[in-house]
Amino acid sequence: MGVTLSHFLILSGVIFTIGIIGVLTRRNAIVILMSIELMLNAANLAMVAFSIYTPSVDGQVFVFFIITVAAAEAAVGLALIVVLYRNRKSINVDDFNLMKW
Amino acid sequence: MQLAIFIIFAVLGITGAILVISMRSPIASAIALIFVLCNIAGMFALMGALFIAALQVIVYAGAIMVLFLFIIMLLNIKEEIISPSEKKFSRVLGTVLGFAFLFEIGYFVNRAILEGSSGMQESIPSDFASIALVSESLFTKYLFAFEITSVLLLVAIVGAIMLSKGEGRAEN
Repeated sequence: MGVTLSHFLILSGVIFTIGIIGVLTRRNAIVILMSIELMLNAANLAMVAFSIYTPSVDGQVFVFFIITVAAAEAAVGLALIVVLYRNRKSINVDDFNLMKW
Repeated sequence: MQLAIFIIFAVLGITGAILVISMRSPIASAIALIFVLCNIAGMFALMGALFIAALQVIVYAGAIMVLFLFIIMLLNIKEEIISPSEKKFSRVLGTVLGFAFLFEIGYFVNRAILEGSSGMQESIPSDFASIALVSESLFTKYLFAFEITSVLLLVAIVGAIMLSKGEGRAEN
């Protein structure tokens, strides 16, 4: 029995779920960014799987763009965290409530 | 054979992902995330998407994670402090919502399989010359988007520099 599309989709769903749980339960801003990277990777996995099984090459091109956007997002997000740390001496997201209430 | 490789990568990847969100120290999380990214690159190679697999290792595990480790080192963060009651509440709520989402995905994947995934291959096609096809598509059909990507990266660079340049608060 070979590997089918649903194998990859289920794995992608599990990794995406772990990323969601990470974003919702952790309080460290850097770990939250890492959980977002996990979710992006799960989406990439699903997209490459669809691209291979369709078969059409477009999904792989989209993954190329997603990786670019992820790099930009990590750079800007980490710059934001550095600025937050400089102002508040903390990266615990519970300490940032200026726009919360 | 393919199934065995898939299962090995899947188990290692899920274990690493659980470690990412459960480790106390951010450095350990980052190392676990590099492990997960390498496992996903292995998945891409298993599917025959060698270009994406190489890109995953070079850009993600190489560049982005080095940036993460560098910032963690720069900030010298202690372990996160949460009050126990709040910790328990958010952990239960997050896990419940996460599993609700997993259930939704599982339901729709299951339904799509039952209805018959029309046009989908049964197994991984072996003669899918991915690198040549991807590059051809990238430089013809998606050439404009490819060029726009450089503008996106430029904006990100300028944004990161502007954010980290200003001393103290942004207002004064």
